Amino acid sequence: MADTVRMYGLLVWAWIRAAAQYPVSMVLLALATAVVTGLDVAAIVLLFSQAPRIAGFAAPEVLFLYGTSALAFGVSDILLGTTERLGYHVRQGTLDAMLVRPVSPLVQIATEEFSPRRFGKLVPAVLVLAYALANADVPWTPGRVAMVPVMVLSGTAIFGGLWVLTGAMQFVLIDSHGASKSVTYGGAFLTQYPMTMFARDFVRGVTFAVPLAFVNWQPALYVLDRPDPLGLPAAARFASPAVAVLVCALGAVAWRAGLRHYRSTGS
Amino acid sequence: MPVPVIEAEDVVKTFTVRARSGMLRRARTPVHAVDGVSFTVAPGEFVGYLGPNGAGKSTTIKMLTGILTASSGTLRVCGLDPSRRRTTLARRLGVVFGQRTTLWWDLPLRDSLALVRRLYRVEAAAHRARLAELTALLELDPFLDTPVRQLSLGQRMRGDLAAALLHDPELLVLDEPTIGLDVVSKATVRDFLARVNAERGTTILLTTHDLGDIERLCRRVMIIDHGRLAYDGGLDELRRTVDADRLLVVELARPGPPIALDGIEAERVEGPRQWLRLPRSANAAAVVAELTRVHEVRDIALREMGIEEVLAGLYRGDHAYWCSGRPVAP
Repeated sequence: MADTVRMYGLLVWAWIRAAAQYPVSMVLLALATAVVTGLDVAAIVLLFSQAPRIAGFAAPEVLFLYGTSALAFGVSDILLGTTERLGYHVRQGTLDAMLVRPVSPLVQIATEEFSPRRFGKLVPAVLVLAYALANADVPWTPGRVAMVPVMVLSGTAIFGGLWVLTGAMQFVLIDSHGASKSVTYGGAFLTQYPMTMFARDFVRGVTFAVPLAFVNWQPALYVLDRPDPLGLPAAARFASPAVAVLVCALGAVAWRAGLRHYRSTGS
Repeated sequence: MPVPVIEAEDVVKTFTVRARSGMLRRARTPVHAVDGVSFTVAPGEFVGYLGPNGAGKSTTIKMLTGILTASSGTLRVCGLDPSRRRTTLARRLGVVFGQRTTLWWDLPLRDSLALVRRLYRVEAAAHRARLAELTALLELDPFLDTPVRQLSLGQRMRGDLAAALLHDPELLVLDEPTIGLDVVSKATVRDFLARVNAERGTTILLTTHDLGDIERLCRRVMIIDHGRLAYDGGLDELRRTVDADRLLVVELARPGPPIALDGIEAERVEGPRQWLRLPRSANAAAVVAELTRVHEVRDIALREMGIEEVLAGLYRGDHAYWCSGRPVAP
C-alpha cells in the first residue's frame, strides 16, 4: 500500500514536470480552469439568490449537499478520474507497455497526464461548502461536526470505487467509455441536489443499486437533522463508511477480474 | 546444464473470435494463435524468433512477459510463472517494443531514465554507473537533455534500449527493435545488442523481419508458423537445410553461346556474362577449373543463396524445407 502511494507520487511528479515542458499551454489551461471555476461559482450564486428554497431545503442546506458531493467527486476525479481512459489504452495497445513495468497498471493510468490544474475543480466545492457550513441552520454537536469530514471521505472512496469499477467494465465492453461516464458524471450531478426532487422509486433504486445516495444524502440528513422521506432506519445515516468499503472492494475485485479477462483474451 | 531462462512446454494460446453469423447470432470460433510450442533458452543465448505476420510471434512474447496468460501448457521465465508473477518478473525483464516507446513523451530522456530507476528501485550508485556505461555505448550524451518527443526514431530507440537495460535484466525481449531505423542507427543498435549479450551475458530474444539483424546477431533461430515451431536450431544449419543452390556468374572475354558443362547449363546469357546455377551436390572448385580450362574467363563470382530466399521458402509453406531441415518434434 505504502509502495503504491509512493509510485503514485513518483508518476504524478513526472507528469507535472512533463506538463511544465509546455509553459504557455500550462498557463492558458490554468486560466481556462480559473474562468470555468468562476462561472461555476457564479451559476450557483445566481441559482440560489433566485430560488432560496428547493424541495423544502433552504439555500445553505442545498449548498451543503452540493459542496460535500462536489468535493468528494472532485477529489476522486483528481485521484482516479483518468481510469476511464482504460478502453483507449486497450485499443491502442499501450496497456501492454504498462503491464511490463513493475507498477500496477491502475496507478499508471490514474496518474496519466496528472496536472495541478485538476485541483481547480475543488475551488468552487470548497467555497460552497465553507459558505454552507457558516450559514446552515444546524444545531452543531460533536457528532455532526465529525460527520462532515467522514461523509466527504466516504463519498470520495465511493466515487473512487465507482471510477475503478466502471474502468474495469471497459476491459469487457471496450467501447463502454460513454456508458461509464453517465455513471460517474451523472452521479455527481444527481447528488448535488436534494433527492426529494427526484421520484421516490428512482431514489430507492439509486440508494440500493448505485450507492450514490450514501455519498452525502444519508449522512446529510443526519447533519441537517432531517427525517428520511423514505423512512430508512436511522442506521442508514451512518452507513457511508461501510458502503465506501464495500464499493471499493467491489471495484478492486472487478479490476482484477477485468485484468484477468484481458490477459486471457488479449483483445 | 544451467537453469534455463525460458522454459516453454506445449504452450497453447487460444483466442475466441466472434463473428457475426446472423441478425443477432454470433458464431464463436476458437483460433489457436500459439498451438503447442515447446522450447528452452539457456542463459546467455541470443535467439532470433522469426515468422510471418500473424504466425504467433507477438502472442508468444506477450505470454513470456506475462501480458497474456497461456490457455494451457507450462511456461517459466527466470524460474517464474509469468502470468502469476508478472510484477516480480517485470523487475528481471527488459522489454522493448520497436513500434512504441515506453519513455515519457514530454520528459527529457535523462528524467525518463531517472524515473525508470525509481520504478525499478535501482540503487542510486548502481544507476549512475550503469547510466554512464549505457550513455557511452549508445552515444546518448548529445540528446540526454532533449525531451523524448523531439528525438529522432533512432535516438528514441537507443533511449528505449537504455531504459530497458538500466535495471540490468536477465532477459531482454525485443519486438522488432530496428523497425524503421536507418542503416547507421541499425548498425549502432546491433553492435550494442551484440556487446550486451557478449559482455553482460544478458539473454536476448529478438523478433524481427530484418534479416540483417538475424545474420549479424543470432546464433540460434526459432521459426514459428501457424502457431507451431517450424524450426529451432542454428542459423548455419538453417541455411544448409535449404537445397542451397549457388549461382556462378561468369564473365567471358567475348560473347559466346551458352556454356554447357557436365549437366550444368547457363540459365541466363547477357553479352559476355553468363549465369550458371550450381546444385548443392556440385563441386564449385571443379566447375571453375573446368570453366577456365575450356573458356577464356575474365571474371568469376560465386553467390550463396541468402537467408532471405531460405525464409521466403519457409514462409510460403514450402514443406519440403521442413522435412529436409531439423523438424521440431510435435
